[in-house]
Amino acid sequence: MTATVPDNQQLAYVAAKAADARVNVEFESEGMTLNIGPQHPATHGTLRIVAKLDGEQVVSCEPIPGYMHRGYEKLTEVRTYPQVTTLVNRLDWVGSFANEVPFILAAEKLMDVEAPPRAQHIRTILFEMSRLANIVLFLGDLGAQMGGVTAVFYGFRDREFVLNQIEAVTGGRFHPNFDRIGGIKDDLPKGWIAETKVAMDKVLAFCDQIEDLLIGNEIFQMRARGVGVIPADIALSYGLSGANLRASGVDWDTRRDNCAPGLVYDKVDWKVITHPDGDSFARCWVRLQEVRESAKICQQLLDTIPAGPIMAKVPRIIKVPEGEAYVETENPLGVMGYYVVSKGELTPFRVKIRTPSFNNISVVPWVAKGVYVPDVITILASLYFILGDIDK
Amino acid sequence: MTTVATILGDVTPSYWQSTLLRVLIVGIVVPTGALVLAIAFLFKVMAWMQSRLGPYEAGPKGLLQLVAEVGKWLQKEDLVPQGADRIVFKAAPFVILASTFLLYAALPTGPDPAWATSLPTGIYFVLAVGSISVIGVLMAGWASANKYALIGGIRAAGQLIAYELPMVLAAVGVVVLSGSLNLQEIVMAQTQFHAFGDWGPALPFIVVQLPLFVVFMAAVQAELSQSPFDMPIAESEIVSGYQVEYSGFRFLVFFLAEFATAFGFAAIVSTLFLGGWYLPIGLDLDSPLWYVLGPIILFTKIMIVSFIVFWVRFSYPRFREDQLQKLAWKWMIPISLAWITVTSVAVVVWQ
Repeated sequence: MTATVPDNQQLAYVAAKAADARVNVEFESEGMTLNIGPQHPATHGTLRIVAKLDGEQVVSCEPIPGYMHRGYEKLTEVRTYPQVTTLVNRLDWVGSFANEVPFILAAEKLMDVEAPPRAQHIRTILFEMSRLANIVLFLGDLGAQMGGVTAVFYGFRDREFVLNQIEAVTGGRFHPNFDRIGGIKDDLPKGWIAETKVAMDKVLAFCDQIEDLLIGNEIFQMRARGVGVIPADIALSYGLSGANLRASGVDWDTRRDNCAPGLVYDKVDWKVITHPDGDSFARCWVRLQEVRESAKICQQLLDTIPAGPIMAKVPRIIKVPEGEAYVETENPLGVMGYYVVSKGELTPFRVKIRTPSFNNISVVPWVAKGVYVPDVITILASLYFILGDIDK
Repeated sequence: MTTVATILGDVTPSYWQSTLLRVLIVGIVVPTGALVLAIAFLFKVMAWMQSRLGPYEAGPKGLLQLVAEVGKWLQKEDLVPQGADRIVFKAAPFVILASTFLLYAALPTGPDPAWATSLPTGIYFVLAVGSISVIGVLMAGWASANKYALIGGIRAAGQLIAYELPMVLAAVGVVVLSGSLNLQEIVMAQTQFHAFGDWGPALPFIVVQLPLFVVFMAAVQAELSQSPFDMPIAESEIVSGYQVEYSGFRFLVFFLAEFATAFGFAAIVSTLFLGGWYLPIGLDLDSPLWYVLGPIILFTKIMIVSFIVFWVRFSYPRFREDQLQKLAWKWMIPISLAWITVTSVAVVVWQ
């Protein structure tokens, strides 16, 4: 089930090598160097990609992150534990609630508390809803990257249904800051469950629409199929995660295989989507199916929210006992992990954040060789990164 | 001339008078058409198809959206990048606009001699001046001193070479059927064209030239740089290509030219394939009513064709450059050649 590099890409790679040699030896020049970014519509943020071109063919391609580095790992050392969530909201800014969860879970692990079942359920629902808000936007944005502008408006429009529900609970559309050590901040508002079920139906309808408009489109498939093939071993060696890894045929999902305590994925019926091809189309397709699965998870969890408290007993001033903990969860972009070291004080001693996008774009120099400039955009779009998630 | 005399009395305009009249009409019709198109299609249809809110909310019935957009452009600074070739850079948008204005010169909007220059080689003229715009695009791309603009300009040139040929070939089928290169005579041929025997109303050429109509429409789409053939301005790849360094009024000129050209090419498509200003409604061809009905009918057809152009634009993602070339050389040109052969044989056999 592992993907192989197709002939055309291999030939293009050889041709690019030859072109590189020709450019360097015969003309003693370096070809044309094209700076894609830091300000460029395809990087949706400030990623800089230095591409060396021979005509329109990419000879080499190097992503240069760091234009938006905000030093969150260091900043957490001067924040108390509850304050950290405010910072890490800003990592993956379109699915921000999901950023809080692994940190809170790590702190809970260190403090040896567990959230009550109701809080765990609501936390999982919000976690999945931030995935929906994120990937729905991805599916729309895919259209903008491929030149079909209509899809991006549909993405923005239908993401609102999810964002409105998140806002109704947390009060924040982009930065909920809602997860707490030992539970969640507030209970659900009245009538929220029924409204959210309607929103899930709308998201599912959006999936059908985007499948008709974009994913099933012949031109889209011409552009995406066989472009940017990442075989499974390469994907694993570069540390890819999330849909990028599953699109290469690796059946691995942290939600199922390594579910952190505090999330209730074991109580719902869902499946992990994989695709054997490993190309750009596979990555987009896997994400589309994941939105559907995610909506199904939400629908099931909404039916089974237990009654009870939403906060465990935790001290008013949180001091985390000395120790180290690493917790990772399957975030919208891939595996996000927090390695928290505590010296028993109000603030963490050291926090290391493993963000998925950083690893996901590290494969770009390998995969974007010998392709055309438009393919670079396809590959970047299908790898799907958020700048805040790369630069931290 | 008798019909004109019944309307105008015995006034026979001199050469300079009629030239002035035509210049005025082209000078008014083009911007008006472009504006109508921009309002009707860019804003309303785009908003309707893409669920955008502005054109519904700004002002009464969203009509102020256009005023807001134009006002925004006009107040922006007219920047010329350092290192740019200033004269060429500044002239480029107007070269494109000029090609647009010339398009309208040979288009018949009613029976002779209404508002049309009767050129014996009308098709060649419109297709030739239509491709002047690529010179402007190349000028803009080269003079901007910007790599993205250069790539965009080169892409536009490659696209033009690939798509002029199927466009001309698709027009050949119509020429074979009508026996003339004059646009007015092509319309007149469609007033008497009966594809299947002598019964029924006169039919437009599209009924027997559907494959060439499709090829022509695709070529028009490419000529206008509309999605799925918008590689020269591909926003997510090369950041609007040759337009990247333009701002303010000059960008507005590009914008205006884009929609005015769409309007012009829609008029050409209507004339070649849809019967131009004529509609088989049982009205005698000598009737002076055609002077009024002709432009209205033509305008309606233009709107329908433009709707198709923009519908496709809003529905499809973009081709890659090499896929576009493959489509042109491997599919569209062979289809056109094959259908020209079929048409020619049919004309020889049945006439």
